[in-house]
Amino acid sequence: MTRKQQRLILILSAMAFLSLAVGLILYALRDTIVFFYTPTEMAEKNVQPGTRLRLGGLVEKGSFRQGENGIIHFAVTDTNKSVKVTYKGVLPDLFREGQGVVAEGVLQPDGTFKADTVLAKHDEKYMPREVADSLKKQGLWKHAKDYGEYGADGAKAGKELTQ
Amino acid sequence: MFNYLANPTRFLRLQKAVQPWLIAATVLVLGYGLYLGLFVAPPDYQQGETVRIMFIHVPASILAMGIYVFMAIAHAVGFIFRHPLADAAAKAAAPVGAVFTFISLATGSLWGKPMWGTWWVWDARLTSMFVLFLLYLGYIAVWQAVEEPHRASRIAGIVALVGVINVPIIKFSVEWWNTLHQPSSLLRKGGPAIDPTILTPLLWCIAGFALLAAVLVLHALRAEVLARRVRQMELAQVGRAG
Repeated sequence: MTRKQQRLILILSAMAFLSLAVGLILYALRDTIVFFYTPTEMAEKNVQPGTRLRLGGLVEKGSFRQGENGIIHFAVTDTNKSVKVTYKGVLPDLFREGQGVVAEGVLQPDGTFKADTVLAKHDEKYMPREVADSLKKQGLWKHAKDYGEYGADGAKAGKELTQ
Repeated sequence: MFNYLANPTRFLRLQKAVQPWLIAATVLVLGYGLYLGLFVAPPDYQQGETVRIMFIHVPASILAMGIYVFMAIAHAVGFIFRHPLADAAAKAAAPVGAVFTFISLATGSLWGKPMWGTWWVWDARLTSMFVLFLLYLGYIAVWQAVEEPHRASRIAGIVALVGVINVPIIKFSVEWWNTLHQPSSLLRKGGPAIDPTILTPLLWCIAGFALLAAVLVLHALRAEVLARRVRQMELAQVGRAG
């Protein structure tokens, strides 16, 4: 074996072991690395009331309601399970039904989630308004998971509701 | 090409010949890309005009990761084949990569405030990108702190090779864990999720910023090669005087 080959093998094996070590660490820490739990994960983990966590998913359609004293009610769903959320404060611009959100707060004894921060999640899809409109016209806009239901108009309507 | 460039004098000659053309191409491609992105591309149906941040953010992020991979490969080549320019190339590329990482973090933060509702969160994507920035700073600091060049090159090489493990973590963070950051729009199953009217300007911007990075790295590498010569001459002089 030449010196070059020796050095090549040395570097490759060092990298392989390091990657394996890092991979194992990340695998062990996976529960803390996730930024939020989905409603299903929350049920699986048997989260106790009073626990502070982030809950993520889609805002369930038809669940948005403006309550008394400026309290906002909506439900977060992963299309499998759903959790009712209460929140008092300003919602981000992208907040609308069918859109991804991450709510940070505390699970209440009655199973609802009291959020003190609500962040909007944006998806990876980018298109101009005209393309979004024509997709809607052609009836290709049926996946709430893929796109927000109301587009930019929905955000405006949502804002008016919250004001 | 690889062995051809092992001679620093040949590299300097080639770099001098290529640089004007590379600069001209950068001005044209980057100028055209930014013009398309900032003025021609339509506003996004959800984000409105804020989408234009992407034309800086995405190329900067790609180059931030790409340059680190380049540095790791350069150090591996330097270590295995004893290529004389390899570690100099990595050293020259580091500040460029660090600046692109900073641009990526800053533009992402500016986009996050209006879209997500927050400047910053410690999710897996943002945190791993921040770690990349720290790795760049650490790498640069090693070259600054260790005086003996061969020792500095060795330690810097270890930082580059160990740190490169972070790059796939950045790339796949949005798939492995729940993150606030959206999944990849370009390299994904089923092709890019970006409408052609927005995708085309983005691709031009990526090409333009890549050319800019090449110009900057080659220029810095020239400076590094010349600096090493000066050092050698100084050493020779000290040797004669002593």
